[in-house]
Amino acid sequence: MQHDDVIWDIIGNKQFCSFKVKTKSQNFCRNEYSITGVCNRSSCPLANSQYATIREEKGQCFLYMKEIERAAFPARMWEKVKLSKNYEKALEQIDENLIYWPRFLRHKCKQRFTKITQYLIRMRKLVLKRQRKLVPLSRKVESREKRKEEKALIAAQLDNAIEKELLERLKQGTYGDIYNFPVYAFDKALEQQDAESESDAEEEEEEDDEVMGGSFYKSLCLMIEKVFYSERVFPFVQDVGQREFVAEDEVEESDLSDFEDMNKLKTSSDEEEQDESSEEEEEEEVQASRSKGKSPANGSLVRKKRAYVEIEYEQETESASRRRTT
Amino acid sequence: HEQRGESDDQSWRTPMKDLKMEEESSGVEKLEPGTTFPPTFSVSEIKNKQRRHQMFMKLKQEKRKQKMQLKKKRRKEREALGDKAPPKEVPKTIENQRVFDETTVDPEDEEIAFDEGTDEFSAYFNGLTNPKVLITTSDRPRGRVVKFCEQLATVIPNAHVYYRRGLALKRIIPQCIARDFTYLIVINQDRQTPNGLVLCHLPDGPTAHFKVSSVRLQKELKRRGKAPTEHSPEVILNNFSTRLGHTIGRLFAALFPQNPQFVGRQVATFHNQRDFIFFRFHRYIFKNEKKVGIQELGPRFTLKLRSLQKGTFDSKYGEFEWVLKRHEMDACRRKFQL
Repeated sequence: MQHDDVIWDIIGNKQFCSFKVKTKSQNFCRNEYSITGVCNRSSCPLANSQYATIREEKGQCFLYMKEIERAAFPARMWEKVKLSKNYEKALEQIDENLIYWPRFLRHKCKQRFTKITQYLIRMRKLVLKRQRKLVPLSRKVESREKRKEEKALIAAQLDNAIEKELLERLKQGTYGDIYNFPVYAFDKALEQQDAESESDAEEEEEEDDEVMGGSFYKSLCLMIEKVFYSERVFPFVQDVGQREFVAEDEVEESDLSDFEDMNKLKTSSDEEEQDESSEEEEEEEVQASRSKGKSPANGSLVRKKRAYVEIEYEQETESASRRRTT
Repeated sequence: HEQRGESDDQSWRTPMKDLKMEEESSGVEKLEPGTTFPPTFSVSEIKNKQRRHQMFMKLKQEKRKQKMQLKKKRRKEREALGDKAPPKEVPKTIENQRVFDETTVDPEDEEIAFDEGTDEFSAYFNGLTNPKVLITTSDRPRGRVVKFCEQLATVIPNAHVYYRRGLALKRIIPQCIARDFTYLIVINQDRQTPNGLVLCHLPDGPTAHFKVSSVRLQKELKRRGKAPTEHSPEVILNNFSTRLGHTIGRLFAALFPQNPQFVGRQVATFHNQRDFIFFRFHRYIFKNEKKVGIQELGPRFTLKLRSLQKGTFDSKYGEFEWVLKRHEMDACRRKFQL
């Protein structure tokens, strides 16, 4: 005999129910066949001999029904009905199976079924979106890599490497005429002179000694002149003896444009410099820059204006002294 | 009687001196066949931990002394010889001992020159395209990642930062291509610090996935200069020697515009050392022809390549040219990939 009230009396309030979870405000029922999860007289599967639930397995919804006639056969107690995948048809099936059952159970079954279909739809949508894969980090590996990185950093000597690379680029003339450090221009001119002298020697084998001596003497003269004028920044020999007076205004206006022009001049040669260029390319470039420097038109103009900028101080004092005299 | 007494003395007394001598002899001498030595103790056979430790320390001291004596002797010999001394021996470093990699690029290799003339970066290196970079993060960037993105955008000219807002990368990429972007950078984060970087060259380019470590933002650098200006920086790429290294080097080079503005005096460095790529951003000034001063601006970080995939970002169906396989590649300390 099934005495629901007695069962409820015992497990509901007075004694222990293993499926009951007590919280501050409410009691929950952990029974897998419970239709709502709440511990109530009407939703307790143990205390109701006629009961129905909806359960979901692997995306399939089933309607479970318990009847008092089968209360004596626990193995056959729950009757399982597969519901159709179509939402409306499934609702009709529920209605059909639970016809003449208490309103509460019918309503709650439909509600539960709705909720389940909603979360199944959401699961299917989420799978299509971007899925985040969590990759575990191994602590040993991470610490090993960290240590390796530190050692590599020490071995890299970054500052030295960067400085070396920049000086290399300066030497090879990628910066063109922006920086005029006389030593490099001097070296370049010397190399040119040496190349010329060598070519001369090859061509004129008869007058070897004299020619060589002459070219050497020339290069010596160049050296002396350059050392003398290095402070005034006259690296090119052609302009040594000449003096020209350039007005102040002209220089200031066109000074910047000249720099920009120089940049543009250099850009075509610098495209190749950006790669890890082979030596051949670098040599070509050096020759190109040399040839550009050789042309008196650009070089001398720039040189004069630069020199003028440096001599600015002297001119001002001169004018002051002139004023004093006059 | 007398014999027993002696044997007793030997076995039971074991004075300190005898033991010490025996252990030293065991450490230094080798047993020659045919000769019989008295039974020697090695340091590890002493049961008492403190004694064992003491003995070991003494042994170590002795060894160190011998080493110092040897060094002094060698130095004296070297000084005595003066100019005729043999050249100093070069110490072994990991870089010296590096296992020869058959994919090391020979600068004059024609095949490689041809490949590089026709690969995805050829358009850039022939001057046809200008780099335009899109920087974004993973969902919901927090903390340092946002600042890092902003600073990267100042360092790389023509870079734009966009918020991700949960968009799928596969949908972003066609839009980027339509708007003429050449690069897509995605910065992944872990607990508010950047820890991963996906660098995708856009029109059909390779996608590289890096692990990011030791990020220092501009504020955290000591002795740093003012903010980087708008001038295009120069690029320095060091030590990219193998085929793979070359590809990655070109990947980095194509981030920056072809023609650097030397007026700006800024330089971005990607230095590869033992498969770690160190990124630094400096401002330089030539003090004279032999000295240059550099001042660090800009963020610094370290990259380690995890995978290189042909084509744009597609982690499921993409064809991976190279993937870091820890057990194979990290097993040998002297073998490097880049």
